Amino acid sequence: MLMFILRRLIQTIPVIFGVTIVVFIIMQLVPGDPAVLLAGEGATSETIEALRVQLGLNQPLYAQYIDYVVNIFRGDLGTSLKNDQPVLDEILIRLPITLELAIFSTIITIVLGMVAGIISAIKPYSIIDTVVMVIALLGISLPSFWFGLMLMYGFSVKLQIFPVAGWDSIAHIVLPAFTLGAGGAAIVARMTRSSMLEVIRQDYIRTARAKGVKERVIVYKHALRNALIPVITVVGLQFGALLGGTVLVESIFAINGLGRMIVDSIRMRDLPMVQGGVLVASMVFVLVNLLVDILYRFFNKRIELN
Amino acid sequence: MATELNKEKPLIVTQTIDHPRQSVFGSFFSVFLENKAAVVGGLIILFYIFIAIFAPVLAPYHPHEINLDNKLTPPSIEHWMGTDDKGRDILSRILYGSRLSMGVGFAAVIFGAFFGISLGLIAGYYGKWIDSIIMRCMDVLLAFPGILLALAIVSALGPSLVNVTIAVGAFSVPLFARIVRGSTLEVKQLEYIDAIRSLGAKDGTIIFKHILPNILSPIIVQGTLRVATAILSAAGLSFLGLGAQPPSSEWGTMLSSGRDFLFTAPYIAIFPGLAIAFLVLGFNIFGDGLRDAFDPRMKK
Repeated sequence: MLMFILRRLIQTIPVIFGVTIVVFIIMQLVPGDPAVLLAGEGATSETIEALRVQLGLNQPLYAQYIDYVVNIFRGDLGTSLKNDQPVLDEILIRLPITLELAIFSTIITIVLGMVAGIISAIKPYSIIDTVVMVIALLGISLPSFWFGLMLMYGFSVKLQIFPVAGWDSIAHIVLPAFTLGAGGAAIVARMTRSSMLEVIRQDYIRTARAKGVKERVIVYKHALRNALIPVITVVGLQFGALLGGTVLVESIFAINGLGRMIVDSIRMRDLPMVQGGVLVASMVFVLVNLLVDILYRFFNKRIELN
Repeated sequence: MATELNKEKPLIVTQTIDHPRQSVFGSFFSVFLENKAAVVGGLIILFYIFIAIFAPVLAPYHPHEINLDNKLTPPSIEHWMGTDDKGRDILSRILYGSRLSMGVGFAAVIFGAFFGISLGLIAGYYGKWIDSIIMRCMDVLLAFPGILLALAIVSALGPSLVNVTIAVGAFSVPLFARIVRGSTLEVKQLEYIDAIRSLGAKDGTIIFKHILPNILSPIIVQGTLRVATAILSAAGLSFLGLGAQPPSSEWGTMLSSGRDFLFTAPYIAIFPGLAIAFLVLGFNIFGDGLRDAFDPRMKK
């Protein structure tokens, strides 16, 4: 197991470097001279040239990339063009909020998705199964940003059960977490159902039934335990979608997380903030994937690292 | 072994008698048509395509026609879906908006599929270091969560519908590349490829004439499902103000405008959202049906 973790960690390193290369290249696509952008309107050519030297923009591209990576390792993600504050400081304030939202949404995804999937699998091709699967299909198809607005209209404006926006109490978390988690729950429900049905058809389940084991024990002890293994991977992949989804949900519910920071920074053309935000969110995703792989291995030791 | 053969023999005879002239396409369509949900999905897509083509005929008003005397009118006989804050007819805007939203979805997938399929074919066919380099690059692109890669691209290129199309298409590239590479690896090991190669066929001929046509099924299924994701992502980016810009009748932009009137005129946001949801639903169930129809295990 330790060797597996070590090997997976080593495999993650090139991916992390790859992510830094992609983010660096994308930011090179920005039209115009970053020094001119940074210096602001009315800056003299001397000031722009001095800034260019200071930022290392006069160096070849590969040297700029090396500087960029070295600075990342030093914890320097640049300075915001709008408030002159270090990008990392802002990210460290925003990231916990986004992670909190993502974790609550993941809990909703897992609980809702698995319960729905199990209910469907216990009585396949029944009316309950059909209803659950139709709801799951709708869940996958609904735009999260629209679903969030509708929840806000129903539960905040009309019924006044939950607050409209903000991030101060548990009541503030419910609607955004549900908005974000519902789509994932639909995917997990479909996966749990098909995985459960596959396991239920296995010989050892038939043997257990023939031996007179109670149906409840068969479903929850034998079938579910084995059916959960592929579901773990789906949940892991969903976490990435959730991280991306926070961008929309945070904007709808006015939550000051990393996603909203990125969108606001794009609007204000604060590119160091965008660059830093995208980089950190991607790193979190890479690490979550690593964790999921390790968990997957832990639950299913038959899978060998290829 | 002998018993197994004896068991198989009557099965083959029965199949021949039951379906004496059934072709591969016939078999595909019979499985597809049996899946009622998939047929409904196909009909939904056709309905939207019809709307997009005939929007100028079907729309009761011009989508950008401002009528401030009629602003924020709830749904009525004159305006079936009501009017927005500038008095524009929401139904007409949704009808015209189908052109933009579907156009972006299809264009993004075609863009992603073109590069993804090309890279997947090269990686799968040539293998070795070319395969390693291409697929490691694809792994890196897959390391970006959800629409974040698209956001980064839009932030660099600037907000516009064209840039959103490129951005959304870019994160489809690795998904197509993975599927095509896997299928190419399977097909290139088959004997007929060796036979064609021994006859002196060039790599380009083998790839495009003999491998690509045989791996189209997973590409079509993935493409259909990706259109749904692309429509959602593009609408999401427009909703954030990073895609189509007002007064465009793109559905995400319409939803974004409707958000400001959620408390007083919720219908401005409700109808564009429903339009997106039904179209995406159509692509999702159509894609599921295609997958079942192409999957030999699903054929009875």
